[in-house]
Amino acid sequence: MSIVEYRSATSARGGLVLMRGVPGVAAGSRVLLRDAAGGRRNGVVLRVSSEAVLVQVFEGTDGLDLEHTWARFLDEPYRLAVSRELLGRVFNGLGQPRDGRPPLIARERRDVNGAPINPTARAYPREFIQTGISAIDGMNALTRGQKLPIFSGGGLPHNRLAAQIVRQARLIGEEAGQFVVVFAAFGISNAEARFFQESLEDSGALTRTVMFLNLADEPVIERLLTPRAALTAAEYLAFELGYHVLVVMTDMTAYCEALREVAVQRGDVPARRGYPGYLYSDLAELYERAGRIRERSGSITLIPVLSMPADDITHPVPDLTGYITEGQIVLARELANQGIYPPVAVLPSLSRLMKDGVGRDHTREDHPQVASQLFASYARAQEVRRLAAIIGAEDLAEGERRYLAFAEAFEHRFVQQGEDEERSVIDTLELAWELLSLLPREQLTRVSEAELARHYKASANPSALAPP
Amino acid sequence: MGYVIEVNGPIVRLHLPAATIGEQVRVGALGLAGEVIAREGDEAVAQMYEHTDGLRAGEAAEGLRRPLTVELGPGLLGTLYDGLQRPLTELRAASGDRIARGLDLPALPRARRWPFSPRLAAGARLNGGEVLGTVQETASIEHRILVPPDVRGELLELAPPGEYTVTEGIARVRQDDGRIRQLMLSHRWPVRTPRPYRYRDHAVLPLITGQRILDTFYPLLKGGKAAIPGPFGAGKTVLQQQIARWCNAQIVVFVGCGERGNELTDVLDFMPRLTDPYSGRPLLERTLLVANTSNMPVVAREASVYVGITLAEYYRDQGYDVVMLADSTSRWAEALREVAGRLGQMPVEEGYPAYLGSRLAAFYERAGRVQTLAGGYGSVTLIGTVSPPGGDFSEPVTRHTKEIVQTFWALSRELADARHYPAVDWVESFCGDVTAAARWWTTNVDAGWQAARAEALALLAASAELTRIVNLVGVEALSAEQRWTLEAAALIKEGVLQQSALDPVDSHAAPAKQYLLLRAMLDIHAQGMRALGLGVPVRRLLELPLLVEARRWKGHYGSEEVEALRARVASIPQVFEALVRTHQAPDARG
Repeated sequence: MSIVEYRSATSARGGLVLMRGVPGVAAGSRVLLRDAAGGRRNGVVLRVSSEAVLVQVFEGTDGLDLEHTWARFLDEPYRLAVSRELLGRVFNGLGQPRDGRPPLIARERRDVNGAPINPTARAYPREFIQTGISAIDGMNALTRGQKLPIFSGGGLPHNRLAAQIVRQARLIGEEAGQFVVVFAAFGISNAEARFFQESLEDSGALTRTVMFLNLADEPVIERLLTPRAALTAAEYLAFELGYHVLVVMTDMTAYCEALREVAVQRGDVPARRGYPGYLYSDLAELYERAGRIRERSGSITLIPVLSMPADDITHPVPDLTGYITEGQIVLARELANQGIYPPVAVLPSLSRLMKDGVGRDHTREDHPQVASQLFASYARAQEVRRLAAIIGAEDLAEGERRYLAFAEAFEHRFVQQGEDEERSVIDTLELAWELLSLLPREQLTRVSEAELARHYKASANPSALAPP
Repeated sequence: MGYVIEVNGPIVRLHLPAATIGEQVRVGALGLAGEVIAREGDEAVAQMYEHTDGLRAGEAAEGLRRPLTVELGPGLLGTLYDGLQRPLTELRAASGDRIARGLDLPALPRARRWPFSPRLAAGARLNGGEVLGTVQETASIEHRILVPPDVRGELLELAPPGEYTVTEGIARVRQDDGRIRQLMLSHRWPVRTPRPYRYRDHAVLPLITGQRILDTFYPLLKGGKAAIPGPFGAGKTVLQQQIARWCNAQIVVFVGCGERGNELTDVLDFMPRLTDPYSGRPLLERTLLVANTSNMPVVAREASVYVGITLAEYYRDQGYDVVMLADSTSRWAEALREVAGRLGQMPVEEGYPAYLGSRLAAFYERAGRVQTLAGGYGSVTLIGTVSPPGGDFSEPVTRHTKEIVQTFWALSRELADARHYPAVDWVESFCGDVTAAARWWTTNVDAGWQAARAEALALLAASAELTRIVNLVGVEALSAEQRWTLEAAALIKEGVLQQSALDPVDSHAAPAKQYLLLRAMLDIHAQGMRALGLGVPVRRLLELPLLVEARRWKGHYGSEEVEALRARVASIPQVFEALVRTHQAPDARG
């Protein structure tokens, strides 16, 4: 560790400090700064040359001057102390305690940047996680090691949904309590953070949770480190200690905005909407830390939450996220406005890994076909609704009116459920069949005849009579 | 020896006089790999294939005096490489679950001995690209050992049949300049230089993928160029996997460029279990994988597509039909953009550099059917996926690609949301080679193919128009014929276009089955129209159980049960005749 302090800052703005005449600094290494008031700040080296060093200051450059800023260059990357004692602790965005307890006594300190997993070392996620939420389990199932984001908008209950998933997530046939939770929050309000804390406390999960909080009123640049610290903790818990880790990160849009802020200060060429060209690579470095590794017992399942600015799914943050993650759960304002919780819009939602985690050996044989049929029927029902809005429901054909009834029932009975209501996947499938039985049997072409014979409830459908 | 002047992410400025643009460099104590992309005075700007964290100004740098090359020879098939042709399995053995930096591993196994059968004799006149002999690389693929394209001269000595490693000398050549050169089972070739051939020929045969929307509606020729653009979640990955699995090329090169790690694991898991439908051997024996997942360094991602296409060209030069899938070219373009941005190059559109269009065009131009230097024919069919931001096809990468390719398989979010898979949009897609493909279909399947295809597309277009009317004023406003047209279009969509990759019967459809299914739906439409003309109410037609049944035929009749399907299709008129008879016999109506 270097004990030499340099006082050679030549410029400071927007979270970046440029220092001259510092020899032999390694790119990416950690910096400790001392300001005029004696306050300590953390930084990391972004760029080095033989003349100058560019330092990113996580606490920001507010209150810094050039004359009284002292920097110490530690010859190591930014590291997080890790041990089993992480569980039950609350840290700030840099991994320092914010629960009033002393720092971790750690055997090991890990580079927060991680290193890419060799693709041949990965194990494919195949184990179904039951979240107890029909819209997810039935149609967009989550598997262990998957990364499945929640795309939301301002004012929608994404954090309540995330909290419910954290409380209820379990593998079928295993006891609750298998998951440990890493919760990373950046740019969210104190109230939202408290809601999470209380929700975890109520379910008794706080002792198996690690929290990294950088709230809305805290330094923006610190957010660039927060998800990395959280994922470093998750990797240690999963791949060293063998825990199954559920990581919730909220709100990714705040992270990306911080990244944009620094990129603009650095003079990076902007790509879309001012976000830098490396936003995709940067997000991928975070998201791809989820997964499973062969011959290791633990796993990281990642649920990033992001708010789509102006509910726009084509905004760079949800867009690039969607290209990296294995699907997305999309929340819709129309459903929320009707009082439906969780307001999951099933049509734009998707779980890419569902096909390998449901069905015969995982949930129930008919699960994939039922999901496909629900999607197709609900998509058809939406068409009928559009038509009814124009010509009036009275002018619809009888068959079409049944789709309207199906859509209503689907939204109010299948999608909607209580915040503490936990449905088993079998209950979800039974409910699905009950709703599908509202539709004419011959229009259910995505399910096989055998499945129809077993599950279709003719009694629920008085008009399904023999042809005239 | 040079040294580091500046480190800015993946871009490093070096003091390295006499460096050549394109030259490989090793930088710093770890020996990080990179490539020179610019020279200014005594300085060279290099883009690094590995993360530069920890690198300092003043550390040593060395130029290797050669561009980025790949090693070509037996042992390529079935191997998974990273974007720089390092074997990932061996990399894991060397550095564990996570990829360490500065590792340099040989691409081809050094210890393995291959049974070599010579084809030429000493004294022969040798030209570049000629076949020296053969090695049975896998049970289904014979590897032809080629003279490196830049060698000409007299064959002084050729090894007798026997087992050799890829680095043992098997031949000596006196080159035209008098120098003696030793040849091995393997040679190296720079990835950014297209491999030479005798001449470029017309593409003539369609690539059969077993996917109806592709083969029947928007065919791609062997040696052609195609793009699959689509927003996330539209089924790009599954469609590519279907092509890799079922297409009738002899070799498939799959380049995962900046895509998901788990997806690649999926490929690695299922590939070994699949059999090649043409040879009955494991699919992996004809497959080459190059993977640079999204979290691996960005510059190696840029290199990975060139590594892939060079490997494809090498098998083409042996006389094979090769399909290369590049997933995704957008990630590759973004890597270009990222590097251009770090260099401070002036962006033109959405941050992309001005040379985006020309780089894309030059890359796709490496596809084609050629007469090889050895005199045979081979082809590289290039299929690139495009991931347009927000699904917007007017963005630069999609737009440029659209101008370059002959076949465009546009994926649509609306279709995917309705779980209509493959979600290939029949309006947005196009194919410029229908006439060439029609020759093959006429000879091998049915002379009516081109007309049937056109009729189906016209029906689909008519139905799109009618749907707009229905959405405005309701289905009652349509005439009987129009309602029947709508139903026929729905039949084509559900009974022909939709094809489930997970359905064991219908995952692949032979051309004859593809044609029969389409013929069947068109026949139903025509017969119904005739019945309407004879006064049968459309309501009666729409109640026909045949309509439900026809939608299930694709999953009921496998490709080997074409004759049963043909018989079933032939009986369609009877259904309508019966209906017409019932309708015309007055006392038969209740």
